[in-house]
Amino acid sequence: MSDTLNINLKVWRQANGNEKGKFESYQVQANPDMSFLEMFDVLNEQLIEDGREPVAFDHDCREGICGMCSMVINGRPHGPKQGVTTCQLHMRSFKDGDTVVVEPWRASAFPVIKDLSVDRGAFDRIIAAGGYVSVNTGNAVDANSILIPKDVADKAFEAATCIGCGACVSACKNASAMLFVGAKVTQLSMLPQGQAERESRVVAMVNQMDAEGFGACTNTGACAAECPKEIPLSVIATLNREYTSAKLKGR
Amino acid sequence: MSQKLDSKIPAGNLADKWTQYRSSVSLVNPANKRNLEVIVVGTGLAGASAAATLAEMGYKVKAFCFQDSPRRAHSIAAQGGINAAKNYQNDGDSVYRLFYDTIKGGDYRAREANVHRLAEVSTNIIDQCVAQGVPFAREYGGTLSNRSFGGTQVQRTFYAAGQTGQQLLLGAYSALERQVGVGNVKMYTRHEMIEVVTIDGKARGIIARDLVSGKLERHFGHAVLLCTGGYGNVFYLSTNAMGSNVTAAWKAHKAGAYFANPCFTQIHPTCIPVSGHYQSKLTLMSESLRNDGRIWVPKAKGDKRHPNDIPEEERDYYLERRYPAFGNLVPRDVASRAAKERCDAGYGVGSSGMAVYLDFRYNMMNKYGRAEATKAGIENPDEATLFRLGKEVVKEKYGNLFDMYKQITDEDPYEVPMRIYPAVHYTMGGLWVDYELQTTVPGLYALGEANFSDHGANRLGASALMQGLADGYFVIPYTVGSYLSKEIHTKAIDTQHEAFEDAEKRASERIEKLMSIQGKRSVESYHRELGLIMWDKCGMARSEAGLKQAIDEIRALREDFYKNVRIPGKINEFNPELDKAGRVADFLELGELMCLDALNRNESCGGHFREEYQTEEGEALRDDEQYAYVAAWENTGEGWNLHKEDLQYENIKIQQRSYK
Ligand SMILES: Cc1cc2nc3c(=O)[nH]c(=O)nc-3n(C[C@H](O)[C@H](O)[C@H](O)COP(=O)(O)OP(=O)(O)OC[C@H]3O[C@@H](n4cnc5c(N)ncnc54)[C@H](O)[C@@H]3O)c2cc1C
Ligand code: SF4
Ligand code: FES
Repeated sequence: MSDTLNINLKVWRQANGNEKGKFESYQVQANPDMSFLEMFDVLNEQLIEDGREPVAFDHDCREGICGMCSMVINGRPHGPKQGVTTCQLHMRSFKDGDTVVVEPWRASAFPVIKDLSVDRGAFDRIIAAGGYVSVNTGNAVDANSILIPKDVADKAFEAATCIGCGACVSACKNASAMLFVGAKVTQLSMLPQGQAERESRVVAMVNQMDAEGFGACTNTGACAAECPKEIPLSVIATLNREYTSAKLKGR
Repeated sequence: MSQKLDSKIPAGNLADKWTQYRSSVSLVNPANKRNLEVIVVGTGLAGASAAATLAEMGYKVKAFCFQDSPRRAHSIAAQGGINAAKNYQNDGDSVYRLFYDTIKGGDYRAREANVHRLAEVSTNIIDQCVAQGVPFAREYGGTLSNRSFGGTQVQRTFYAAGQTGQQLLLGAYSALERQVGVGNVKMYTRHEMIEVVTIDGKARGIIARDLVSGKLERHFGHAVLLCTGGYGNVFYLSTNAMGSNVTAAWKAHKAGAYFANPCFTQIHPTCIPVSGHYQSKLTLMSESLRNDGRIWVPKAKGDKRHPNDIPEEERDYYLERRYPAFGNLVPRDVASRAAKERCDAGYGVGSSGMAVYLDFRYNMMNKYGRAEATKAGIENPDEATLFRLGKEVVKEKYGNLFDMYKQITDEDPYEVPMRIYPAVHYTMGGLWVDYELQTTVPGLYALGEANFSDHGANRLGASALMQGLADGYFVIPYTVGSYLSKEIHTKAIDTQHEAFEDAEKRASERIEKLMSIQGKRSVESYHRELGLIMWDKCGMARSEAGLKQAIDEIRALREDFYKNVRIPGKINEFNPELDKAGRVADFLELGELMCLDALNRNESCGGHFREEYQTEEGEALRDDEQYAYVAAWENTGEGWNLHKEDLQYENIKIQQRSYK
């Protein structure tokens, strides 16, 4: 199991948002059991030892749930494996001698901060525009007085598992955020708690999404194909339906 | 100069204290709230819920987190569930029982009044979360579903598959973003608090570093709330997120806040074992798995057979053997020590011998497979059918955890038992706070994992999420009013004030000093070395000699750090290595205090196991005569002074903790 893999890395280096970036090549020895980010740790220790600048990249939980890690690996957000984030990708998915190209998310709504780190603040602003149920602390009724059929709860949960990573945007040739927005709108529009603001919510979120400069959706499906949480394309259909019906009602 | 620690526990009957407190605490009228500013550092469950609620009430809030979004706080990773004394299962649960279980689980080292309040508000938390649209697991009839966690005999844990923390945090985050949207909260992401500013002994603000530009900023607040999580990463390898750190709490400690029970750390029994020297973190396999997974090792030493080839009678289900009443659901400290005991004795499995099996096959087939077969009317189902039917149920309950295990280890846990080993997970210790969650610095509060208050020497599973949200949604909104009602005449203080000036100078000198060293070793290498010292000598088992040695080693390592660390890049730019260096510098001080605290506590209790103090059966041996107190450490600049808060148990009879 512990055969060493020699990996040729081509990594996007960019000092900050104002400077131009370029690819740089590095060689790393990896172990098949290490994660992709641990391979970057090894690279960075090597760079520091050589007196060079380590590669900046975002990460935190390293178990696929915080949504912080964000690398485009050989052209695919979060790499070649289905249903995993960058931090959950292991080097056993690569072969000895492979060349691996690593870039940041590419979307004008996600400007590069440095190297592989980008600014995804636009997602927070979309949620702030309407991705919530307006219920102040202390206003709640007993939890079991709201009965929700199991299949509805399960479906809402499935949509709610989005980790806000932005891979969908990066995967889309138009840099559309419809999958991300659709996931939240689907979750809240299915649940009884979300009904009161159902229409105002979807309109506010879509308006904010447009204001942030995300592109239009042309139903290519690249987003869902790359989503590490396998959020289904159907949430976009729901989003469209919810939006149209809200607009028809004059929202 | 021992200042008396006043825990401000209200008088009266235990069950009435909180109600009475709430009904008599001073209030701030709405007009005044608009002029009062509150700084909330941290946006995990504790911080997000506090910031949202205070903003809803009308306070002006500034919130900070070091990640790129408040939604990414470490709380997001919590898996198994959240406790609440709802008694929806009609199985005898009550506020008192949750209170009792928590005190006992904490090995009688937590404060009664705080824990009772926690149990009381637990039910409100579930209501609030459901109202926000948190999609908890449900039964077919539409009611909420529950499961069991360790150290309890009722089903009171609410959950959302293995992603409960994510769903709860997204609920709190959406409430927070709603307040950001309407302008009541100003959110600062990618900001790290690195100084507390005090004026005339009161907390009046913070110095934060913008991690993108590297610039220092001054922020004023009438009160400062630290909701900055735990310090488990002092061990380098832990289940915590990579960025989790002690810096905020440590700076508060240096500004006068006492640090309580630092040596009370929790080692979680079921984590994926270390696979190599490059390992950057450890992954938890939720305690909920112990509902259906049975823990065992071979009865024969060094048995190298495939686990599925080891027959039933040659397996040692050591938890079921040693603790028949609780079996696999004993509390974490007990389960972890038992695993270590077996591995140290040579019965461990896997290539390193430092692992035990967590096996689902029995319950998958016999509990779920059979039930499903009966439902489907299949008589005498064969093994393959039982396996197929049982697997579906197990998948629904724990699917994402099983997937996670497979991604990491490349083994399929439906087919072969998981291999697991204990790992650092949670810190019960933290900033000392009184009943109002105020530290020893007036105006400075600590919430969530950052404080020490509710879990004693061992936390029960699914109780951290409960505590974080209790503190943020239901406790601080009242208790901070008791302080702020006296501050309504304090005008916002200009950040040109010399206290801000001084604090900023301290911070920038520290950063410049770190950058100027330009030695040879990476920050990471120091962190790794510190982690090893802590794990070996202040981990699952501690001894006087080991702890003394650890203190010497940590001091030497710290000295070397300030001579030889190399931090690349510049100060005024995005520089994750510099961020890490500041955090590791603080860990290098905290580690010493943890060992000191462990050395001082000449007893074993909960997660703190001193080898010298154990029963003949190897169980923790408490010393209630001498050590039924909270150890609160004051930083003197040169060292530490110990202050003791005696713990009084008026409603619970202290006993030897037994799960047999
Ligand atoms: C893998 C895992 C699974 C768990 N599962 C469960 C479970 O099932 N049930 C349960 O009850 N508990 C569980 N726990 C424990 C629980 O998740 C944590 O104790 C709890 O979420 C801590 O919440 P918090 O709000 O106190 O802090 P955190 O969620 O850690 O948040 C800390 C916040 O502080 C910010 N911060 C820290 N320092 C600074 C600084 N200097 N400047 C600015 N911001 C700062 C961070 O950005 C972050 O926003 C689990 C823990 C782990 C590791
Ligand atoms: S929809 Fe999927 S890809 Fe997009 S942000 Fe959510 S989890 Fe990431
Ligand atoms: S680091 Fe959290 S999802 Fe990858």
